[in-house]
Amino acid sequence: MYSYILRRLMVAIPTILVLIVLSFMLMFAAPGGPFNAERPLPPDVMANIQARYGLDQPYWKQMVDYTWKVVTQFDFGPSFKYRDRTVNDIIAQGFPVTITYGAWAFVVAVTLGLTLGVIAAIRQNTWIDYLAVGVAIGAQVLPGFVLAPILVLVFTYWLDLLPGGGWNGGAWQNVIMPVIALSTGYLASIARIMRSSMLEVMNSGFIRTARAKGLPMHRIIWRHALKPALLPVLSYLGPAFVGMITGSVVIDVYFSTGGIGQFFVNSAFHRDYSVIMGITILVGVLTILFNLVVDLLYAWIDPKIRY
Amino acid sequence: MFPDKTVAAGLADAAHLAEVQGRSLWKDARIRFFRNKAAVISFVVLMFIVAFCIFGQLFAQYDIETPDFTLSGPNAYLGVPSIATGHYFGTDDLGRDLFARTVQGTRISLLVGVVGALVAVVVGTLYGAVSGYFGGRIDGFMMRTVDILMSVPYMFVLILMLVIFGRSILLLFIGIGLISWLDMSRIARGQTLTIKNKEFVEAAVAIGVRPMRIVLRHIVPNLLGIVVVYSTLLIPGMIITESFISFLGLGVQDPNASLGSLIAKGASQMQYGVLWQLLFPLFFFIITLFAFFFVGDGLRDALDPKDR
Repeated sequence: MYSYILRRLMVAIPTILVLIVLSFMLMFAAPGGPFNAERPLPPDVMANIQARYGLDQPYWKQMVDYTWKVVTQFDFGPSFKYRDRTVNDIIAQGFPVTITYGAWAFVVAVTLGLTLGVIAAIRQNTWIDYLAVGVAIGAQVLPGFVLAPILVLVFTYWLDLLPGGGWNGGAWQNVIMPVIALSTGYLASIARIMRSSMLEVMNSGFIRTARAKGLPMHRIIWRHALKPALLPVLSYLGPAFVGMITGSVVIDVYFSTGGIGQFFVNSAFHRDYSVIMGITILVGVLTILFNLVVDLLYAWIDPKIRY
Repeated sequence: MFPDKTVAAGLADAAHLAEVQGRSLWKDARIRFFRNKAAVISFVVLMFIVAFCIFGQLFAQYDIETPDFTLSGPNAYLGVPSIATGHYFGTDDLGRDLFARTVQGTRISLLVGVVGALVAVVVGTLYGAVSGYFGGRIDGFMMRTVDILMSVPYMFVLILMLVIFGRSILLLFIGIGLISWLDMSRIARGQTLTIKNKEFVEAAVAIGVRPMRIVLRHIVPNLLGIVVVYSTLLIPGMIITESFISFLGLGVQDPNASLGSLIAKGASQMQYGVLWQLLFPLFFFIITLFAFFFVGDGLRDALDPKDR
């Protein structure tokens, strides 16, 4: 097990380095520097600015410096647009917001998705099964950016129940619509995966044995069926996590919640490279770490996998 | 969503079955596909959408970028969908004809999906087939590369690319193509692993056919069935990705439109009582995705007889 963890880390670390170097190279391939304005700056002013941001150094040195600072100090450097703020300040401001509704969305998607999937599998071909399948199909064509306007239309303009945007310090009225918009698609996918894997498990030999010896239904489900049926869902959690982080961009932009997605898109419009790179790298590292955790959990739960 | 060994086994079964009944695999699949009502209806819907993209422009009374100044003023009363003014889907906030814009938006969205799927088919299939056929170190290296690329948050990298190289449709196509082949290469590799131990490959090796030629002439044609099915299922994903980026305003730029940018526009205007600006693009977005999903599912069921 420890050698497996070590081996996975050996893959994860180069991946993170590749990501950092790749985004740095992309930035340098950009035509024009970050300070090229419509009206060119006086040469000595330009030289001063370049020196301030370290842009007068040779490329390879900038890259090594940047990578070194990111890896050792988690320092993504200064923002190119907001003169008085560093990328770390911006992340520190936006990240708690993203994590708050992201974590809620994740919890909602997993708990409701699993519950719906299990019930649909046990009560196969009843109305609740059809409901689960219907929701799963419907949610495929309603990604967050489609669901969000529909929610606002219904709950803000027609029913006048919830505020159409803003964060307001994380009040529940402001959190509820982002969470629904972000979680629905993943809730449906988890329910679908759980339903089919549960059906498969319920038809297998050891469940028949458990029923034959007269165990009550709830005990069969809790003690025997649930654990093996969870495995496919577990391997879906990695992609789901990535999807939620990506989806949070739309949530931030549409609901003006002020998470990192909003800063990301604003920076994209203002060509604030250091902020875009910082957020891309942060998300990449989170993704890689999360996938690592999921893989380890998988190895831990599934007795057939021994490394 | 993606196949594994069971699909391969299913295909092998189907081939065997076809021998006994004297029907080809494809004929068998066709019969099964046409028995699936949802798939057939979706296929017809899809044909209508394609026709709408190609010929819709002929019925449009206006082009996509000229504002109709006779309707300037309160959009909610004057820009409503009507046959009389020739704005079948109404006008957008600037007085541009929404019918023409929806036709064009649907066309771009479909195009993105098809181009992405095409790249996936060509690059992904070849990559996966080579990786699976040669095996060993080459396989290990090629598949680790795919693993690393998959763990990169591609949506963020794609936006980074769009920012750096400028926002254009071409770059959007390239960016979506770059990520679309990853899944396909895994599918193709899995299939290749089972195909490469078949007798006809052995025979080809025995008479001294060179490895690359075996991949191209013997492996790839046998992958095509599964590849076609999964590219149909990949297309909606591509369309969603493109619409996502256009929704953020980073994809297709004005005056051009895609379904994503039209939905974004409609969503930003809906508090003024001009709901049609949201509903028409949304309608086309949803039925297009539905149609692709059902056709893809139908094709998969048709080519995978395990579920019968």
